[in-house]
Amino acid sequence: MAASLNNDDIIEELKLRREPAWSLSDHPNLIRAASVTVFLALWEIYGRRTDPLLLTYPTAVLRAALQLIWSGELLRQLLVSLASLAAGFGASLVLGVGLGLMMGRSRLAEAALEPHVNGLYATPQVALTPLLMMWFGLGFSVKVVIIFLFAFFPILINTASGVKNVSASMVEVGRAYMASERQVLLKVVFPAALPFIMAGVRLAVGRGLVGMIVAELFTAITGLGAMLTLYGNLFETAKMFVVIIVLGLLGVGLIQATQWLERRMARWKETERATQ
Amino acid sequence: MLQVRHLSKVFFEQNDPRKPGLVALYDISLSVRKNEFVSLLGPSGCGKTTLIRIVAGLLPADRGEVLVNGKPVTSPGRERCMVFQQFGLLPWRTVLGNVEFGLEIEGVAREERREVSRKYLDLVGLKGFEDYYPHQISGGMQQRVGIARALSKKPDILLMDEPFGAVDAQTREQLQEELLKIWAKTDTTVIFVTHSIDESIYLSDRVVVMHSRPGCIKEEVVVDLPRPRWEGDIKADPRFAQLRARIRESLRA
Repeated sequence: MAASLNNDDIIEELKLRREPAWSLSDHPNLIRAASVTVFLALWEIYGRRTDPLLLTYPTAVLRAALQLIWSGELLRQLLVSLASLAAGFGASLVLGVGLGLMMGRSRLAEAALEPHVNGLYATPQVALTPLLMMWFGLGFSVKVVIIFLFAFFPILINTASGVKNVSASMVEVGRAYMASERQVLLKVVFPAALPFIMAGVRLAVGRGLVGMIVAELFTAITGLGAMLTLYGNLFETAKMFVVIIVLGLLGVGLIQATQWLERRMARWKETERATQ
Repeated sequence: MLQVRHLSKVFFEQNDPRKPGLVALYDISLSVRKNEFVSLLGPSGCGKTTLIRIVAGLLPADRGEVLVNGKPVTSPGRERCMVFQQFGLLPWRTVLGNVEFGLEIEGVAREERREVSRKYLDLVGLKGFEDYYPHQISGGMQQRVGIARALSKKPDILLMDEPFGAVDAQTREQLQEELLKIWAKTDTTVIFVTHSIDESIYLSDRVVVMHSRPGCIKEEVVVDLPRPRWEGDIKADPRFAQLRARIRESLRA
């Protein structure tokens, strides 16, 4: 028996140290890469034997991508789409958080806004698109409005329920230290509800992207959605795939960015969960 | 310093706010001198927490009044600071950020409130823990943060609502001793809510014994034990035992 009770020594004594054997399941990245490669290879083989009107193949997509990047068309349309996304999403963030705080704090505001919110949220927003096009035309503004409608509700509803979930004792601490209603809202309620709000923002990002494409498919004048319609009509399948892949990457990028932001802003929550 | 006059409080029914329900406090009168340490002792449900919350200005009284330095209390004030049972720390703020909270609300400039907060963290023995988050430190340490936050506002009256109820017995004794030392250094008046007889005797100049349904003051017991009380084993003193027996009797009757 060893004289000292050192943790490592005891593990040594109990002969619990084992050499780990190499195992494929320890290398998920290898499996991921192989899986993607096999998929692309099969697509290439199958795609080359299919009617090019219906399906294309990876190398053709790559060629189309280079062509679209070279001509500057892809970047131009991407920027147009992003501009409307930023405007629509920005508006839904400001109004969603603002009204959500009001609805969560005041029963009066909640009762007054609730029927409209529930009614509009339950209606599939796509159904409003033809009407909105009549009101706002086919330009930038209709896209902003549609994106706003898609992204607004998750933010509003999550903010309101986050605010309602803030414990009364937390608010009381604010009041005991003589915080005004404004200070309670900014220094207690908002930070306490932030994890909820950020979860709503994450949902809203995905929905905002859907709203953007819906708007552009309908209006079909500018943006990535318009490119989809255009190349669809021209039966240029490879170019359509380029747009779809860009949209996929955009979605992944935006969701990642929100998750990063979420972790940063709610760091205390993260570590709190980890230690519990 | 503090006067409570014929105070009554009734809680209304939850599902019908017009219908009066339980009488939480009935005709409470109490007066506390400057620098006095007074405990409110009683079983749970006797209204001691309600009473301290009314004194804090967090709850309105239905009848009667609370006067601090001759002025009636209607809302929280800077001369009264509260230490909460469940610590009341803001989990997204660091230890330092939590202590700063009261001064920040008051509008004290950043540099100054940092400096003051560090001083009080030092006083409660938390130097070096400034950047920790509340969930990373023990319950005892969290309550020290709560105490530092209250003291940083230099209150005339420190209101403590079962502050050591949520920590383990050993930490509790340690915190009691430290509280007495801090109280000796700062000249604040303390109102301390507890349901522990020993705690109330050990800390206070006077123990206000309450009973429930309706919440009333049954008796006030003066604790004439010498101070400082942290030297030697005061709890073994026969006078301590006498007081304990007397208060227990009073609670039972």
